Amino acid sequence: MSDSAYLSLEQLKLAYGKTVAVDRLDLAIKQGELIALLGPSGCGKTTTMRAIAGLLAPVSGHIHLDSRDITRVAANKRSVGLVFQSYALFPHLAVFENVAFGLRLKGMRGKELEDRVQSGLKTVGLSSFASRKPGELSGGQQQRVALARSMVMEPKVLLLDEPLSNLDARLRLEMRAELQRVQKETGVTMIFVTHDQAEALALADRIVVMLNGTIEQIGAPEEIYNRPNSAFVADFVGFENVFRVRAGELDTETGRFALGGAIPREAQGLAWRPSMVELGGGPFEGSVRGMSFAGGTRQYLLDTPLGPIKVEASAHLPTHALGAAVRFDLPVSIAAPLQRFG
Amino acid sequence: MTMRQPAIVVLGLLVAFLVGPFVVIVAASLSAGDTLAFPPQGFSLRWVAKVFAEQSFRSSFALSMFLAVFATLAALVLGIPASYAMSRYSMPFAEAVRTVVSSPIIVPGIIVGLALLRYLVAPFGINVVVALFLAHTALVLPYCVRVVSASLDNLRSDVEEAAILLGSSRLGAFFRVVLPNVRNGVLAAFILGFVTSFDQVPVSLFLSGPGVQTLPIDMLGYMERTYDPSVAALSSLLAFLSIGIMFVAERFIGFSRYV
Repeated sequence: MSDSAYLSLEQLKLAYGKTVAVDRLDLAIKQGELIALLGPSGCGKTTTMRAIAGLLAPVSGHIHLDSRDITRVAANKRSVGLVFQSYALFPHLAVFENVAFGLRLKGMRGKELEDRVQSGLKTVGLSSFASRKPGELSGGQQQRVALARSMVMEPKVLLLDEPLSNLDARLRLEMRAELQRVQKETGVTMIFVTHDQAEALALADRIVVMLNGTIEQIGAPEEIYNRPNSAFVADFVGFENVFRVRAGELDTETGRFALGGAIPREAQGLAWRPSMVELGGGPFEGSVRGMSFAGGTRQYLLDTPLGPIKVEASAHLPTHALGAAVRFDLPVSIAAPLQRFG
Repeated sequence: MTMRQPAIVVLGLLVAFLVGPFVVIVAASLSAGDTLAFPPQGFSLRWVAKVFAEQSFRSSFALSMFLAVFATLAALVLGIPASYAMSRYSMPFAEAVRTVVSSPIIVPGIIVGLALLRYLVAPFGINVVVALFLAHTALVLPYCVRVVSASLDNLRSDVEEAAILLGSSRLGAFFRVVLPNVRNGVLAAFILGFVTSFDQVPVSLFLSGPGVQTLPIDMLGYMERTYDPSVAALSSLLAFLSIGIMFVAERFIGFSRYV
């Protein structure tokens, strides 16, 4: 484990009853990092977050935070904040009292309490809503109250469960900027869970892609986006044409195909985005099964000997009609080589 | 609109059927005559006054109030944690527990009364008031559990987790977050339990002893001995009391949403 790790998970195993949700998970996070736990539902990302918060006791493994083993520390003594997907505001308390809740438990009273709550509300732009009940606020406002409620506690780590999923498109952009700003201003270590790759790419310093209770890949957004290391990650970030490689050839259900170029030796697979497939020439031929116009581009679905291939071509190029035969190429030089397949 | 007139007639008959007896009783209780009769003979408040003067009514009213208040409180003390456990944890035998808790509603009161008398009061010589208290607590418990459970199911469990992550203990989260949010459900359960206990006849009939009677039992006994309008006057007073309680409950907590 590296020395700079502020929060580290070591060989973590998590289960609900007999169902194992996360197994042999290792993760090291630096102080002040903004981490995204990305994956489809059921991949174990929310479970991992609950374990960090202390709401779920690990079957085995350890969690260290700020050079202290917190594996057996109770959730209310961890200094870990959590903004719930449902916000989980206290319906019977006004906004001010929601934010003051944790501070009061710490014994804070009077002017100090007032100031801290007001500055927390100011940070999220809700100063004038202090006396409202949560039921009188919009979803976005409720979420900002939940954020302020956690932030005033000055947690060592702030966890956010699908922070943008319940907001409409415009609010989502606003909240995204808000989260980034709060994180930069306070320097809090932040981990958010999401199933939306665009959200993870836009927000995170590093992305942890999870599948079936284990980590598929950890990397900076550009690394994940451009150099996925497994078939799953490739597909998840938009490489929609993914092939297994065996003995220097593409290994498909319909047979083996050689490519015009040397495949990296360690590659177990190759992946191309639809925009990386070259139409109008090359060693392969397919017929157009589907075509849709998407503004600047046209998207084609081709039936080919390799199986279905998705292609995105500039709308300036001549259109290929349904049923037409088209030649195409899968250039090895720009393909993403996959270290793991399946 | 050919259906409209028959519908109004049926509705009118239904209302008359429901409200009629109440009107008859109230009218009879204001009678100046010496026997229970309708239409009333003249008008007087003497029977209403007699209710308040009658020592037996006063003591049985006090006992019924005592039972209704304390049996319901006891049922809430038992029922709230039980409801909480059933709504938050997946326990083994949860269904069995639920069935046992609600069994006093299903088992006829006559049987409950007889069983308590035969196997609890008779062999152990338990004080009649204590026996009544225990019986009423058991009878009221299912109503409390049902109403409180419904409120708890509407409160997401993540608000408790949020409280814990803000530094509260589990018990603290229960008192600071759960209880305040199911407060109206608890009040509704109290009113329902109170009325159930106050109205209870079959079980109390078996357990009432000499000199210790709940109000409904006392009223039954009184009617067997004396056929004057004071029972009607007492019934009217109780009915107005119930109406008052329901009105206040509906006004302040929206009682009908909980039961």
